[in-house]
Amino acid sequence: MSGVRALVGTRKGAFVLSSDGNRRDWNISGPYFSGWEIYHMKGSPADPDRLYASQSSGWSGQVIQRSDDGGATWEPVGNQFSYDGTPGTHQWYDGTPHPWEFARVWHLEPSLDDPDTVFAGVEDAGLFKSTDGGTSWHELPGLRGHRSGSSWQPGAGGMCLHTIILDPAEPNRMFAAISAAGAFRSDDAGQTWRPVNRGLQSEGIPDPDAEVGHCVHRIAMHPLRPAVLYMQKHWDVMRSDDAGESWHEISGNLPTDFGFPIDVHAHEPETIYVVPITSDSEHFPPDGKLRVYRSRTGGDDWEPLTSGLPQQHCYVNVLRDAMAVDSLDTCGIYFGTTGGQVYASADAGDNWSPIVRDLPAVLSVEVQTLS
Amino acid sequence: MIRVVLPAHLRRLARIDGEVVLDVSGKVTQCSVLDALEARYPMLRGTIRDHHTMRRRAFIRFFACEEDLSHDQPDAPLPDAVAAGAEPYLIVGAMAGG
Repeated sequence: MSGVRALVGTRKGAFVLSSDGNRRDWNISGPYFSGWEIYHMKGSPADPDRLYASQSSGWSGQVIQRSDDGGATWEPVGNQFSYDGTPGTHQWYDGTPHPWEFARVWHLEPSLDDPDTVFAGVEDAGLFKSTDGGTSWHELPGLRGHRSGSSWQPGAGGMCLHTIILDPAEPNRMFAAISAAGAFRSDDAGQTWRPVNRGLQSEGIPDPDAEVGHCVHRIAMHPLRPAVLYMQKHWDVMRSDDAGESWHEISGNLPTDFGFPIDVHAHEPETIYVVPITSDSEHFPPDGKLRVYRSRTGGDDWEPLTSGLPQQHCYVNVLRDAMAVDSLDTCGIYFGTTGGQVYASADAGDNWSPIVRDLPAVLSVEVQTLS
Repeated sequence: MIRVVLPAHLRRLARIDGEVVLDVSGKVTQCSVLDALEARYPMLRGTIRDHHTMRRRAFIRFFACEEDLSHDQPDAPLPDAVAAGAEPYLIVGAMAGG
């Protein structure tokens, strides 16, 4: 029977939540790597038993963990992330040059067809690749080495490369997003990159055609429609119909267009989900009501989804990597909160219930659909 | 025989119960002890010292015989009591954060 496995990274360890295809009864295992921050975990599309996890702490730095049995056991693999050549500088918050310094891995993106190949998006923003199951890592320096790199500045959470998307239709095409530099595209398997931010309007950037400097929070793609990209920016929900060449706003009737995650229904490329957050200084839902908003029209026209979600006194946040979907016949939607709840909907968002309520603050949620 | 005590989060990472006992050949220094520790437990590389500079990570401290050795030269001899195994070499996570 089919099933699902949710990989949940938190401030104090990792958890694996699993269920059969009914998604009613859940087995919760963990914490793994207790006491450490788990920014992200993700499974290989080519081998669902191969999982990668980014484990870090302010005391002891970065560790990468790998599982070859679906999360039952883990082994630490390589943790040496060295920028290519002389790292140089980017801009600091005050505008002065600041040396590039590795802090942590924010996002791990396994290859679509090789379990041993995995990409890592890191802070300070850079893109690394391993072709030996995480044992060794090398930078793809073309991204950080773009001529705009020395002008990139960190967002409030650090200068992180948080989104990596591999195009299933064009194997050499990939996208990356950096806070607060913007979105980038490569058409040669990550060797060279160019900013793809035309149409983004960002408060505080006077130049409407600014090539970089945009605080992109998250980008999502449906694999059947890889030229269509959806973006949750710091403010504004955006859409591109030409693989990032241009963007237009689709915030429409959202109560606020600030937020972090954005995701796409597994079977309906025009059905998308966001979690509106009050503002950049108030990282909680408007009016204390936790509402996922769904658009079935690819944006602009949004409906609140509230059934089963707290509609009073709720002041949690949902971080950028903390929403995921499964690909069962009735698409499941999942998200985790900074209050430690992981909510699931087995009917595309119509009804929600918590899988677990009291984990440490959730940093990331990824879901594997198992056959 | 050198006794080394690690903080709990590094014991979990390396799957160590209690103290580590190491044989260190030659001069017993912080550097030679950490080299021996990392040789036996490669997953600790980069978690105590920086991979490249080999300098102590900012929030890791070193103690022995009730002395803070964190700012001592890495190649300075450790106290005789540590070299003799009478006292442990303590690797401590600084009390910072939550």
